[in-house]
Amino acid sequence: MLYAITAAMFSLFFYKQQLLTNNKNQNKMKYHKTLLPVLYIGIAALFFNACKPKNAGTAVTSGAAAKAYVAPGKYDEFYNFVSGGFSGQMAVYGLPSGRLLRVVPVFSVDPEKGYGYSEETKPMLNTSHGFVPWDDLHHPELSQTNGEIDGRWVFGNANNTPRVARIDLGTFRTAEIIELPNSGGNHSSPFATENTEYVVAGTRFSVPPDNVNGDVPINTYKQNFKGHISFISIGKEDGKMDIAFQIQTPGVNFDLARAGKDKSHGWFFFSCYNTEQANTLLEVNASQKDKDFIMAVNWKKAEEYVKAGKGRKQAVKYAHNVYNEKTHTATSEIKTEVTVLDAKDLKDICYFIPCPKSPHGCDVDPTGQYIVGSGKLAALIPVFSFDKIQKAIADKAYAGDYEGIPVIKYEAALYGEVQKPGLGPLHTEFDGKGNAITSFFVSSELVKWNIKDLKVIDRVPTYYSVGHLCIPGGNTRKPNAKYVIAYNKITKDRYLPTGPELAQSAQLYDISGDKMQLILDFPTIGEPHYAQAAPADIIKNRSVKFYKIEENANAFVSKGEPTAKVVREGNKVHVYMTSIRSHFAPDNIEGVKVGDEVYFHVTNLEQDWDVPHGFAVKGANNAELLIMPGETQTLKWVPDRTGIFPMYCTDFCSALHQEMQGYVRVSPAGSNVPLTFSTGKNLPKADSAAAAKPAAAAGK
Amino acid sequence: MKKLIMLLSAAFVFAACGGGKAGEEKAAADPYDASKKTEATTAEGNPSYDPKRGEGKFTKVEVPATLDAAMATNGEKTYGVKCSSCHKLTDEKLVGPGWKGVSSRRTPEWIMNFVTNTDAMLNKDPEAQAQLEICLVRMPNQNLSDDEARSLYEFMRKNDGVK
Repeated sequence: MLYAITAAMFSLFFYKQQLLTNNKNQNKMKYHKTLLPVLYIGIAALFFNACKPKNAGTAVTSGAAAKAYVAPGKYDEFYNFVSGGFSGQMAVYGLPSGRLLRVVPVFSVDPEKGYGYSEETKPMLNTSHGFVPWDDLHHPELSQTNGEIDGRWVFGNANNTPRVARIDLGTFRTAEIIELPNSGGNHSSPFATENTEYVVAGTRFSVPPDNVNGDVPINTYKQNFKGHISFISIGKEDGKMDIAFQIQTPGVNFDLARAGKDKSHGWFFFSCYNTEQANTLLEVNASQKDKDFIMAVNWKKAEEYVKAGKGRKQAVKYAHNVYNEKTHTATSEIKTEVTVLDAKDLKDICYFIPCPKSPHGCDVDPTGQYIVGSGKLAALIPVFSFDKIQKAIADKAYAGDYEGIPVIKYEAALYGEVQKPGLGPLHTEFDGKGNAITSFFVSSELVKWNIKDLKVIDRVPTYYSVGHLCIPGGNTRKPNAKYVIAYNKITKDRYLPTGPELAQSAQLYDISGDKMQLILDFPTIGEPHYAQAAPADIIKNRSVKFYKIEENANAFVSKGEPTAKVVREGNKVHVYMTSIRSHFAPDNIEGVKVGDEVYFHVTNLEQDWDVPHGFAVKGANNAELLIMPGETQTLKWVPDRTGIFPMYCTDFCSALHQEMQGYVRVSPAGSNVPLTFSTGKNLPKADSAAAAKPAAAAGK
Repeated sequence: MKKLIMLLSAAFVFAACGGGKAGEEKAAADPYDASKKTEATTAEGNPSYDPKRGEGKFTKVEVPATLDAAMATNGEKTYGVKCSSCHKLTDEKLVGPGWKGVSSRRTPEWIMNFVTNTDAMLNKDPEAQAQLEICLVRMPNQNLSDDEARSLYEFMRKNDGVK
C-alpha cells in the first residue's frame, strides 16, 4: 500500500520536474504524452490500493496479509470458539490467523475421538428420548466473572433436542450436558449472567408442557402451547449445572437473549417473534404484526419467588450427563422434577417491550444501560434504555397486556432509533469505546454506529450475508476491540468450488483504527452461527497436559503392564490393556468366541504431553479409541466370525508406531480354546508343528 | 530520460515494498522445539557439562551403603506402573535396555536426572544418545517426582543385589 502512494507521489514529482524542463525546451506536448501513463498508473494505484477503505465497495488492501500473519511456531493472540452449527460440535480457531486448532465434540458423535462410541462417553449423549447421536449447536458462551471472560468454561446449546453443554477449557472436552424439559428447539440459549450465576435456555418452539396431554390438534396453539424459559444455575467452583427454575410464558417463539450487566445486572432480555401465535407458514403468518416483543425478565425477583415457594413442582423427564475426570467416565441420570414460575400469576417478573419486525438479536451494551433490538425485517435499529424501562414500570406506562403480561409503551422504553443503518439487522456487539457494530444480513455488511448519538460511523461489506458477528469480549463489560469477525451464511464465489456444497466461512476485520478493514477470509466447519473469542493468555496456561496415572479411578484401569489381563465373565470378555510407545499389553489374545462381547479397556501409560495412543480392531461396528496419556477408554467389539483379527495403534506415536499392533484369535461358539493372553511370549515352538517345517524349508 | 524515470520509480517501489517487511523476522525461542537447544553441547564442546552427572536438578545424591528397603518397595511400585512396559530387570533389552547392573554403570545423579529431565538429556547427553541409536525410541518422560526418582534408584540397587 505504502509503495502505491509513494510511487504515485514519485511520479507526480517527476512529472512536475519534466514540465519545468519542458517549458525550457519548449517541447511540452511530447513529454506530456510519454509521462502520462506513469502518472495514471501511479494515481490509479493510489486509489485502487488505498490503505483504508473509502466506501463499502473497497476491496481488501495490501497491508491485510501482514495483520493476519502469525509466523510458523508462533501462537495466536486469541482463541475463537465457533459454533459448528449442524455439525453439532464447537470449533476452536486461532486469531488473527484463522487456523483451526481443534474441533470439540459436543452434541454429535465423533468417531475420530471415540466420542459417543467409547463406553465411557456414550452416556454424554443420552436424553429422555434415549441416545441421540446428533444435534445443531448455535451459540458458544464463555463463562464470566464480574462481567469479564474468565476462561473457565464455554457453554453451547443444542437447538434440536433441547440441551445445554458445558465444555471445560482445561481439557477442551465436554464436561456436562443437561436436557431441558417443556422445551422445543433450544435457540435462545446459552447466554450467561455476568458472574455466570445462570445460563438461560428459552424455547424457540412453544409446545404443550410435558406434564399435560400433548396429543392435541396443532391449530390449538393459542389454547394449548406455552413458552418456557429455563434458568440453569452454574456451580461457582465446579461449574455443575442444575435447572434452578423455569418461567412459563405465553406461547411465542423465543429467539435470542442477553443478560443485563453492571447497572442492569439482575435482568435478562429475550427477543421473541411469532406473537401472532401462528402454527403454520410462519414466514408469512408470523410477520403480520408491525412489532413483536423483547421480554425483560427480573430474575432476581424470580429467585425470590422460588425461595418463597411460589413455584410449582412439575413432573417432567430430562437427562443430566456428567463426565468425571477421575474415572474418565460419564454418567447419565434421568431427573423427574422441575420448579415452574408462572409469569402471568406473578405480575412483576416479566414485561414485554414492543420491538419492530420479528426481533432476532437482543444485545446489551457494556454499561448495561442500552438494549439493542434487531428486527430481521426492519430498516432501523431501536435502542432501549434500562433507566427508561425501570421508570416505565414504576409509572405503569403500559400499552396494555399480552396474555396477562404487561406491555410497556414503545416510546416509554425507547432511547432512540438508528435511522437507515442498512437492511435486516441481526446481531450487535460492542467495542467498549461507545460504539456498536451490527451485522446486516440482507444488505451484507457490518455497520458501526455510536450508541449515544445513534449515528452511523462506518460500514464495510461482508461476503456474503453475514449472520452473527464477534468482537472478543464484545458481549461483556470489557470488550477487547481489536478485531470483529463476521460469520457468513453464503460464500458463493469466495473459495474454490467443491460441488453443490460450498465452504462455510468467517471473515476477520481489523477494527483498531477508525475504519473497519477486511484482513482475512477463513473457512469453518459445519455452519458457523455465533462465536466468542478470548485472549489466549487466560486460557492457554490452564491447559491440562496429561492425566496422572496415579489418580486414574476408571473401574477398568490397568496401572502398569504387570496388571494387564483378560477376564471372562460369561459371554463378556474384559481386556485390561495398556499402551506405551510402542506396544500393547497384551498383544496376543486367544480364546475369544463368536457371540462374545469383548471390551477393550485401554489405559495409556504415558505421562507426557502430546502422546495419545489410538486403538482399533478389524471389523468392529464401532469407532476407534483415542486415549490421552494416563487415561482409560473402552471399546466394545462383538466379533461376527471366526478367524484372526488384527488390532493396532491409530495415532502415530514413535518410530516404531507401525510395530504397535497385535492379534485376537476368535474361535467358534462352544470352542474349548483356552483363554490366554501375553506380550512378547507367544513364540513359535521349535519342533512341534509339522506344518511349520515346509514353510521353514521354503524360506531357505 | 523516460527510461531512467521508469527505472527509478520501479526501484523506489521495490525498496519501499521490501522495507515494509523489516522487523517481522524476530526469531523467538520456542520451548517445544528441542532442536534449538541441541547445538554444540557435547561433552567436549561444553566443558561445563559433566557426562557422569548428566543435566538436571540432581547434583549430589547421598547413597548409603546399605539398602533402604522401604524406599526400594516404593520404587518397585513406580517401576510397575511407569517403567516395566519397556525395561526388564534382567540384562535383556526390551524397548529400552534391561536394568541389570545399571546402578553400577551410571551414577545416581545421571539416572535421576535422566528419568526426570528426559528430553533435555536425550538432546545432549552422549550416553543417552548412544542408547537412542540402539533403541530408536525416545524414552518417554513419565513425569516422575523427585521422590519417585530416588525410590526408583533404590529399587535399581536392590535389583543389582545391594542388601
